[in-house]
Amino acid sequence: MRVTFSANGKPVEADDVWEGESLLYVLRERVGLPGSKNACEQGECGSCTVYLDGVPVCSCLVAAGQVQGREVRTVEGLAGEDGELGLVQQAFVDAGAVQCGFCTPGLLVQTDALLAADPQPSDTDIREALSGNLCRCTGYEKIMDAVRLASARTCARGAEK
Amino acid sequence: MTTRTIQGQKNLQKINQASKDGIGGSPLRPDGTLKVKGEFAYSSDLWHEDMLWGTALRSPHPRANILSVDVSEALAVPGVYAVLTHEDVPGEKYYGLEIADQPALAIDKVRYHGEAIALVAADHPETARRAVKKIKVEYEVLTPITTEEQCLDPETHGYVHEPHEYRSHAYGNVCHEQRLVSGLGVTDEVRALADVVVSGEYEVGMQDQAFLGPESGLAVPAEDGGVDLYVATQWLHVDRQQMAPVLDLPLEKVRLTLAGVGGAFGGREDLSMQIHACLLALRTGKPVKIVYARDESFFGHVHRHPARMRYEHGATRDGKLVFADCRIVLDGGAYASASPAVVGNAASLGHGPYVIPNVRMHAIALYSNNPSCGAMRGFGAVQAAFGYESQMDRLAEALGMDPVELRQLNAVTQGDRMPTGQEIDAPAPVAELLQRVKDMPLPPPLDLEHLDVRTLPGALSNTSHGEGIVRGVGYSVGIKNVGFSEGFDDYSTARVRLEVIGGEPVAMVHTAMAEVGQGGVTVHAQIARTELGVEQVTIHPANTEVGSAGSTSASRQTYMTGGAVKLAAEAVRHELLERGRHRYGWTQDDLALVGGKVVSASAGVLIPIVDLLGEDAVEQTREHHHRPTVPFDKETGQGFGHVQYTFCANRAVVDVDVELGLVKVVELTAVQDVGKALNPLSVVGQIQGGCTQALGLAVMEEIVVEDGKVRNASFTDYLIPTILDTPPIPVQILELPDPHAPYGLRGVGEAPTVSATPSIVAAIRQATGKALNRIPVRPEHLTDTL
Ligand code: FES
Ligand code: FES
Repeated sequence: MRVTFSANGKPVEADDVWEGESLLYVLRERVGLPGSKNACEQGECGSCTVYLDGVPVCSCLVAAGQVQGREVRTVEGLAGEDGELGLVQQAFVDAGAVQCGFCTPGLLVQTDALLAADPQPSDTDIREALSGNLCRCTGYEKIMDAVRLASARTCARGAEK
Repeated sequence: MTTRTIQGQKNLQKINQASKDGIGGSPLRPDGTLKVKGEFAYSSDLWHEDMLWGTALRSPHPRANILSVDVSEALAVPGVYAVLTHEDVPGEKYYGLEIADQPALAIDKVRYHGEAIALVAADHPETARRAVKKIKVEYEVLTPITTEEQCLDPETHGYVHEPHEYRSHAYGNVCHEQRLVSGLGVTDEVRALADVVVSGEYEVGMQDQAFLGPESGLAVPAEDGGVDLYVATQWLHVDRQQMAPVLDLPLEKVRLTLAGVGGAFGGREDLSMQIHACLLALRTGKPVKIVYARDESFFGHVHRHPARMRYEHGATRDGKLVFADCRIVLDGGAYASASPAVVGNAASLGHGPYVIPNVRMHAIALYSNNPSCGAMRGFGAVQAAFGYESQMDRLAEALGMDPVELRQLNAVTQGDRMPTGQEIDAPAPVAELLQRVKDMPLPPPLDLEHLDVRTLPGALSNTSHGEGIVRGVGYSVGIKNVGFSEGFDDYSTARVRLEVIGGEPVAMVHTAMAEVGQGGVTVHAQIARTELGVEQVTIHPANTEVGSAGSTSASRQTYMTGGAVKLAAEAVRHELLERGRHRYGWTQDDLALVGGKVVSASAGVLIPIVDLLGEDAVEQTREHHHRPTVPFDKETGQGFGHVQYTFCANRAVVDVDVELGLVKVVELTAVQDVGKALNPLSVVGQIQGGCTQALGLAVMEEIVVEDGKVRNASFTDYLIPTILDTPPIPVQILELPDPHAPYGLRGVGEAPTVSATPSIVAAIRQATGKALNRIPVRPEHLTDTL
C-alpha cells in the first residue's frame, strides 16, 4: 500500500508498504528518518517515541497505515530550522545525559512533551513521565539533571518574554 | 633571569587556563550533538542501495541431534536470495573468543536454546522471517544437561561437547577451573584457630547485559573478493581474527569499521551476527544487513554466568579474619566464550578486598545445555562479591560487631598481599572508602505525613499508603581487576597526527577503540589537547586500518587506549620540539606545548605551533602495553596475575513493603577511588550506570531458564530498572594516583557493578530479617509465600 503523512512538517510518501509494517519501520527504512530507535519493537522501551498529532506514542506499536494523512514529529524535528539544538536537546548534551545515546531520541520527545504540559515538574513527576523510557547506561541521574536543566531554562525563557 | 622565569610561568598559567577541555575537565562529548539530533548512525541505522536483510533460524531445543535440514521451500519464497547452512561455511567451521568450540552454524547437533542453524537473505525483513519458518529441520530431541549435578556426572547424563582439540572427555563437562591455596590453606587445624565460624550458600541468577541497541550491522561484499563490515562491537580486531578463518579469507580482506554502538556491557565481546552477515553478503554478492529483534538479542549473545557458591569464614573474637574457604560453580552454558577469564577473576578476587591469612578457593565453569555465558560488566567478581559481602554481614552479626567496622578491620591496604600472593603496589583505600560512604548524610526518614505514593515500593501501582513499609540500610565494598590478566598482553594502538588546518593546529586521533557509550572519544580528545596544547581535535572513525585497541571491557579503555593516545601524542610533541630545536637552536629543556604555542618555563613563548608546523604534518603511532602479568598457578592460584585493582564502596537505603514483598531502593550511595578522573562528568556517569545495573541484579533481573529453555526473552518479561526503580545515586570520587598507570588513573566502569548489589541485599535483610541467599531477591523471598 501507499502511505502519505507529514513528517517534521514535510509531506512524505512511502510506497509498497506491507500491512504489517510499523510507523517506526516506515520512518527508519522508507523515509530516511532513522533517528527514532528500535530497541524492543514491542512497546516496552520508549526508544521509538515520536509525536503523532502532537501526542507522544511508541511508533513501533503504530501500524503504518494508521498514520495516513496525519502529522508525525520525530527527534529529527526537535532542532530549530537553522539546525540549532532545541532546548531539551541542548540540556541533554550539557548535563551528560547521553552515553550510548540509544535511549536519547525517545527521552527527548517524552521530555519535550512533559515540559510542554508542565514546565516545572517535580522530581517524582519527571520519574513518572519518563518511566516508559528505558536507559541502560546512565542510571538516570544525569537524565534527571537534564530535565531539571531544561525545565529551569524553559522557565527562564518564559520569564524573559 | 628570575623575572623572566616568573614571567614565563605567568604566561603558562594564563595559557593553561584556556585549555579547560584537557584532562581533568568535563568537555562535552564530541558525538553528543549528533546523538541528540537523531543523526548518529548506529549499526541498525545503516542502509545501502540494493541491500538485503539477513536473519537466522534458531533452535527451539536446548539439546538435540539434527537429523536433516531441508531448505528447498524457503529458497522458493519470492524475494529470497540465499539460504545457508553449515555446509555453506567455506573455511573453519568453529570460532570462539578463547576456545574455538562454537560452530558458525550448528553442525548435526544443537547445544542451547536459540543456537543458529541456518541463514536467510531476502529483500524485506518480513520475507526473510517467513522464509526461515519454511526451513524444515528434523530433530532428535535429547534431554538437556542443565544442572551442576548433571554436568558433573557425564557418565550418566552425557557430554555437552564431543571430545575436541581443547577438551578431551577426561575433563567431563568442566570448561575451566582454578584452585587457590594460600597461607596454611583451610584444614581442621586452621579452623580451630577461629573463635567464630560462619558459612553460607549463595546463588546468583543469570543476568543479561540488555544494551538497548540491538546486535546489528551491514556487510558489503568488496571487489577484491573480501568484505567490509560495519558493526557494533567491543573489539574490532578480535572479531576479525575470529571471522577471517571461517570466511576463508586473509585478514586484510576482512575490513571492519565501527558503526554506532548502543551500549555493550560485555555482551558484544563475542561474535553475534558478524560472520552470518558476511557469509550472506559473500554468497549473494549484495550488501546484507542484519538487525536482531529483542527476543533474538536475548538468544544471540552470552549472559552473566549464574553462580552457586559456598563460603566459610572464620575469625577471632575481636573480628580478625583467620581463614576463608570458597567453592564457586559458574554455569558457562553451551560454549566457552570468556569462561576461563571469568573463572580466573572469581578465583583470584573471590575473597574480596580483605587480608586473610589462610585461604582456599576452587572456582569452576561448566559446560551445559543452558544459554552460553561470558562477559558482562564485572564478570567473576560480581558473583563472588555477593557471596563474600553476605558473609561479612553474617560474621559481623555472629561477632556482635558493626558490619562496616568489621570490614575496615580486615580491609586490604597498599602493601598487603592478595590471596594470589600478588602485592597490592598502588593505593588501596578500602577502609577510607567505607568510612566516607558511612559518613555521607542519610536521606530523610519516611515521612508518612507528606507521602507521595509514587516514591514507595509498588510506586504507580498504588499498593500502599505507607502501611507495612520498613526501612533498611546496608553497606558493601568490592574489588575488581582492570585490564586483561593472567599473562595476556592486551595492548592498544593509537595514531596521532598534528597539522595545520584552516590556520589552526589540529590533532587527529585514530584508534580502533570501540566507543560503546562510555565516552572514550571524549577522553582521547582531552588527552590530545593536554599533550599537544591544541584545542581542535578530530577523532578518526575506529576501524581495522590502525592496530588493535583491545576490547572495550575490563574497565581498560582509558588506561590502555588512553595510554596509547598519550604515548603517540608525546611522540608527536617530541618530534615537533626536536624540529624546533634543530631549526632554531633552542637549548631549554623545559619546553612544552600550551595554548597553541611552544613555550618554555624559563624563556616564555617561543613560537606558535602553526608556524613551527608549516605545511608539514607530524604523525606518530604507538602501542601501549601494560606491565606484564603471569598466569595463576593451576593448583595454588599464586601469581602476579592482575594489572591493577579498583575498589568501590556503597551504602543502600531501601524501603520494603513487608506484606507484599516489594522493594524500593531509596538511595544508593557510591564512593570510588578512580586514581585520576580524566573526565569527572563521565566518571560519575559510569559509576551511576554501574550502580544501576547492580540494582537490577539485586532485585529485578534474571533470565529464567527451565530445562534449558529461556522463558523471558523480552523486555516485557525481563525487567531492567526504569527511572522509577532507580533512586538518587550520590557519588563521591577519590583520586589517589596509581604510580603504574597513565596519569595515575584507575579503570572505572566495573567496580560499582561489583560492589553495589550486596549493599542493597544487606539493606533488605536489615529491613526484613530474611537470610536472602539468592539474587535477584524476589517478592516471594520476602513474604514467605515461597
Ligand atoms: S522500540 Fe518501541 S517501545 Fe521499544
Ligand atoms: S545512554 Fe545508552 S541507553 Fe541511555
